[in-house]
Amino acid sequence: MKYLAPTTVDEALEVLRGDPTSQVFAGATDLIPQIRAGRPEPAVLIDLKRIKRLVGLNHNNAKWVVGAATPTSTITANEAFIAAFPGLTEASGLIGSDQIQNRSSWGGNLCNASPAADSVPALIANNAYVVVASNSGERTVKVADVVVAPGRTSLRADEFVVEFLLDDPPPHSADAYLRLIPRTEMDIAVVGAAAAVTLQGNQIAKARIVLGAVAPTFVRVHEAEAALTGQTINDNTLAAVAQAARCAANPIDDKRGTIEYRRQVAGVLAKRAVILAAQRAQGAS
Amino acid sequence: MQRTHVNCTVNGDQVDFLATDDTSLLNALRDELGLISVKEGCGTGDCGACTIVVDDKINCACLMFAPEAEGLTITTVEGMALGEQLHPLQQTFLEGAALQCGVCTPGFLVAAKALLDRNPDPTETEIRYALAGNLCRCTGYDKIIRATQEAAVQMQTSKQRGAST
Repeated sequence: MKYLAPTTVDEALEVLRGDPTSQVFAGATDLIPQIRAGRPEPAVLIDLKRIKRLVGLNHNNAKWVVGAATPTSTITANEAFIAAFPGLTEASGLIGSDQIQNRSSWGGNLCNASPAADSVPALIANNAYVVVASNSGERTVKVADVVVAPGRTSLRADEFVVEFLLDDPPPHSADAYLRLIPRTEMDIAVVGAAAAVTLQGNQIAKARIVLGAVAPTFVRVHEAEAALTGQTINDNTLAAVAQAARCAANPIDDKRGTIEYRRQVAGVLAKRAVILAAQRAQGAS
Repeated sequence: MQRTHVNCTVNGDQVDFLATDDTSLLNALRDELGLISVKEGCGTGDCGACTIVVDDKINCACLMFAPEAEGLTITTVEGMALGEQLHPLQQTFLEGAALQCGVCTPGFLVAAKALLDRNPDPTETEIRYALAGNLCRCTGYDKIIRATQEAAVQMQTSKQRGAST
């Protein structure tokens, strides 16, 4: 295995062009455990953290640009970011211990393509995009379109994620992310639920609801969104949200939870995430 | 297997070593630099026994490839004492019996110091969260938390004393 640390996107692409089996990485918090568990070692490792464009947050003209290799601890320490995206901050801050937080990144969390990734439902709920670089140029892709199956993304072998793009939330908007694990810290989601809502008066003008860990990929719950749009938050609309989330979930049975349990919890968390996001949106300017 | 020549600062000293590219920084620190406080517990970033400070942030050395250390500043528990004088955390861990077998202790000390450096007066909850990435199979954690609280008090007191003289 050969280690390379390019300092520009083009240099990294050149390595990928020479050997498409090269593996790009940021924090390696998934890569190294996978290699230790028997995944074949890639011939070439490309460390993306020395590329300036991939590390850091920028806020300009109501848009956020976040480098794909930025440590999640850097993102969750940014006051303006926390204020704009409290739910995405929560989701990002749930990825492992402080030690892991200093290494883990959105790019890695997304491209590892685990359906239980915590940051991804919140990114999708906030309509995030990624800029993907390849030898034929850059393209912009919805985060929602990246993960296609457990461990698989829609990216080609010669592509990698350079940065994430997020618009400032509209006025009277907020997000929330909740996950269930059997303990308080250091575990993988049994169910995760993200909601982003925009209020108009006391009605929901727009909602995005996304579930994690309850299907092979992340699940956008369109029926729950439709049930909320133009409505107030009340027992009936919340019951419809929970029902839609339970129906949208298509989970597996494993040691973390049964199918029935995960479905039930998906409904509860989707409902609670909507309530929390709406409460925050009421306080948001 | 390619070997890379790595230059970095470890516990205040400029050092260099040769490591094959797939060597973990954990193994390089132990085998090339003799820093055997850095323990391998799980090797997958779960237990924190290999916690080190890399450019002011705690990391698991098992989750870094050795060549990643190029140009970086690294501190292990070997860099914590001032000559013969133990760091207050080392002293309170010792006095409070906050260790039994000792394998997890270097990682706990490094993580606890990183916490007190950024938050000199943490609540018990803050300490528990900050040390959540470190596992101990002996003590039950309580003595570790108490020792960290005691060190925080001592460090605050000596700072105030220093300021008033």
